Amino acid sequence: MSLVLWIPLVGPLAFAGLGLLLRNSTLHRFVGVAASSAVLVSGLLLVSAALDGTVPSSGGGMLRADALSAYMLGVVGVVGLISTWGGLSPATPHPTEDAAGYEALIALFLAAMSLAVLADSIGLMWAAVEATTIATAFLVGHHRTRRSLEAAWKYVILGSVGVAIALLGIVLIYAASVGTDTPTLSWLLLSRSDLGLDPALITAGGALAVLGFATKAGLAPMHSWLPDAHSQAPAPVSGLMSGVLLSVALYAILRIQSITNLVIGPEFLRIMLSIGGLLSLLVAASLLIRQRDYKRMLAYSSIEHMGLMAIGVAIGPAALPSVLLYILGHGLIKATLFVISGRILSVEGTPVISDVRALLIRRPGLAVPWLIAMAAIVGFPPFSIFFSEIGIFMAGWSVGLGGVVAAALMLLLVIFAAFTRLTVQMTIGAPPEGVAFTPDYSAHGPRLPIILALATTATVAFVAEPVGTLLLQATAVLGGTN
Amino acid sequence: MFETFYPQLIGLCTGALLLTSALMVWRHSLLASIRLLALQGIALAALVAVIGIAEGESELVLVSLLILSVKGIGLPWVLAHQSKASIKQIQESPRLNPTAALLAVTLLTILSYVVVSRVFGLGDNETGHAAPIGLAMVLIGFLLLISRRRARSQLIGFLLLDNGIATIAFLTSGGVPVLLEFAVSLDVLLVVLILHVFTGRMRTKFGGTSVDQLRELHD
Repeated sequence: MSLVLWIPLVGPLAFAGLGLLLRNSTLHRFVGVAASSAVLVSGLLLVSAALDGTVPSSGGGMLRADALSAYMLGVVGVVGLISTWGGLSPATPHPTEDAAGYEALIALFLAAMSLAVLADSIGLMWAAVEATTIATAFLVGHHRTRRSLEAAWKYVILGSVGVAIALLGIVLIYAASVGTDTPTLSWLLLSRSDLGLDPALITAGGALAVLGFATKAGLAPMHSWLPDAHSQAPAPVSGLMSGVLLSVALYAILRIQSITNLVIGPEFLRIMLSIGGLLSLLVAASLLIRQRDYKRMLAYSSIEHMGLMAIGVAIGPAALPSVLLYILGHGLIKATLFVISGRILSVEGTPVISDVRALLIRRPGLAVPWLIAMAAIVGFPPFSIFFSEIGIFMAGWSVGLGGVVAAALMLLLVIFAAFTRLTVQMTIGAPPEGVAFTPDYSAHGPRLPIILALATTATVAFVAEPVGTLLLQATAVLGGTN
Repeated sequence: MFETFYPQLIGLCTGALLLTSALMVWRHSLLASIRLLALQGIALAALVAVIGIAEGESELVLVSLLILSVKGIGLPWVLAHQSKASIKQIQESPRLNPTAALLAVTLLTILSYVVVSRVFGLGDNETGHAAPIGLAMVLIGFLLLISRRRARSQLIGFLLLDNGIATIAFLTSGGVPVLLEFAVSLDVLLVVLILHVFTGRMRTKFGGTSVDQLRELHD
């Protein structure tokens, strides 16, 4: 089983190499899809191993897949598949070198995220998160316009500086472990209660590490790179970054939290994450009300959802199953929305909301999935985001964070209103009079990934076995009981 | 013999690190900043070698060679990779004047001594006593990042920040495991290369490398 741990790392790299070799054929279009399938298959295998109670490890203990890592790997795979499959570009007779490089970078990006969730070393996890910045830098700047260059510059500077702060935190955590008998960076060893780590170093290290990874997770007030990067990147890349890269950074925060909780208790990070989460919701609410660009609208929606997830992480074990389900639901829906937004952008030629009108009458093939996915993202049942949000609110109430949860709920209502207004503006209404048109039923790309993503999100919350069991097992990992 | 020199050597190396950081804030010429960065890389490598010899760890001596080649030679070479004649003329026009900037450096250094002694308690060995220098370098790196306008000057601020983190790592725990050190060096090298490419694109798209031009995206 331990061999499976290497598939999501080596597989995408092999496909990337293959794609570069085949750069003159049209086959290189499928490199991203193949790479994410490799990640998904290994994720599912590791999930079934975790359900059987085995924890495979490899590479001298550097790679390890407990229930949480396996679940996250599955999420990386499935969101990757929806983004790359849904974003498949039509076959061009003369593929450019650029296109092969683009696919290779996507595969590299997937491998880096897989390493981040599989590494049993906060050091290696850090290096993998930094590698995601490196892999996505040219993807964000792919269009080579002035705007995408600006977005890419801000993304790389802020992302690297944020992650450098996380490195400083990890260095301090390591310094705390040097004072004990076994200097280590393995979170498995660090989250053992009998280590006797120095509380002052762990407090400072944990705070800096969480601050650094929160930059990468797009939490306010370190979010300013996110709307630019996510709106300028090509649609599949935005889907991957919004849908799963942010969650991988949140996963890093979860691992750091499991170390600090044992040494200094949950209070310190709880305050930090609650403030970050509420600020994110506030930023999202205030900028969504007057939003004019639909890709930026989706980016702010990611800030909103990450904020709510951060509040869930602050609440602790009671909310964690909901947070983990949230990661899957948000990833799938956000990838779907970005894929559709890419199609709308290519057929309408404008990212401005007020220029896209009466989509439901003019282009039902795009508007219907867009409306369904929008309903899912604002939290209508039966989509799983609804149940995750309810779960987080209930858990927050039960642990005495009622004030935080009530404030979050108020902000969510504002965001709900803003989203509804913007979506109605884009889809409902009559087309301008005197302009002849024929309704366009084409989906402008593969339909199946969108249907699959929406169907999965609509049903996953009702599947107690094995999803519920897996989520509880993953939560138990963070409690240090596994 | 070595034991008597050891505290002086640590002091000398960390002193060089702090001095080069302060000079980077003071000097406005890009070429001077790059040369200072190379000097700082050499001082950091020397610091690691000294700690390695004192603790008898041959691994650290290897790491010091890695640092010398990446931070002392490789990165400055990448940054200076342009004809000497044109790079000499590049002058930074920072948001802070030199006096204010040097004053800020002093304050940041005092701040980091206060923070490190209050929060962690100064270690009882030579390396622990020098640890605030690392934090001061991180803070000065931030100062450069926010006060400089040119793309490559910001890059130098980022590298100073990274050197500061490495300094803290070596002074507090004798460095992180070698594998991680290697990964960090590779990551930093790649980030610098990427930003270097972006600087080139910025020159062709915007006709200059001032980051003030990057303001088309906003809400």
